[in-house]
Amino acid sequence: MFDFSLYVTFGLLSVAAVLAAVRVVTAPSLADRVIALDLLVVVSMIAIAADAARRGSGDFLDVLVVIALLGFVATVSVARFIERRGAR
Amino acid sequence: MNPVVEVVVVVLMLAGSALTLISAIGLHRFADVFARVHAAGKAAPLGGAMVFAAVAIHLGDPGDTEKLVLTLLLLGLTFPTGVHMVARAAYRAGTERRPDMVRDELADAVARGEAGSTDRDRR
Repeated sequence: MFDFSLYVTFGLLSVAAVLAAVRVVTAPSLADRVIALDLLVVVSMIAIAADAARRGSGDFLDVLVVIALLGFVATVSVARFIERRGAR
Repeated sequence: MNPVVEVVVVVLMLAGSALTLISAIGLHRFADVFARVHAAGKAAPLGGAMVFAAVAIHLGDPGDTEKLVLTLLLLGLTFPTGVHMVARAAYRAGTERRPDMVRDELADAVARGEAGSTDRDRR
C-alpha cells in the first residue's frame, strides 16, 4: 500500500510542479513569477523527501536544508529587485 | 512495519502532496498577488510538513528525522517570509489594485514610513 501511495504522491507532485511551471510562464507580473518559482522549489524539496522514503535511505535529506536556504536567498534578492524596479 | 504505522504514513503522504497540489492550483485561481501569497506561502510548507512527517516515520532513523525537522524549521521560517517580502515589494512598487479592494490599511503606514517618522516619536 505504501508503494502505491508513493506513485500517487509523485503524480500529485508532478502535476503541482507543472502547474507552478505554467504559472511562471503565464504570470502577469514579476512578483507572481517569483512566487511560482519559489513554489516550484518547495515542490522539488517535497519530491526529494518522498524519494528518500521510496529509496529507504536518508542520504539525500541533507540537500533539503541547502535548497531551503538557497530558495530563501533567491526570493529575498528578487524582492529587493522588485522594490527598486517596480513589479511590471 | 505494522499496518497502523503504514496507514498513518500513507495518509500523511497523500494529504501533504494533495495540499501542495492545492497550493499550486491556488496560484492560478486567486485574483491578485496578495491573495496568491497565501496560496504559496502557507499551503506549501504545511504540505511539506506532512510529507516530511510521513518520511520521518517511514525511515524511522533518528538521524534522518533530525535532518527533516531542521529542514522543516528552516522552510517554515524562511519560505513564508520570503514570499511575504515579495508581496510587500510588489505593494510598494505599486501593483495595480483591483477595484474591490476597498480598505487599504497599509497606506498610512507606508506613508509614515516614507516620511521617515517612526512610531516611537508619533506616540
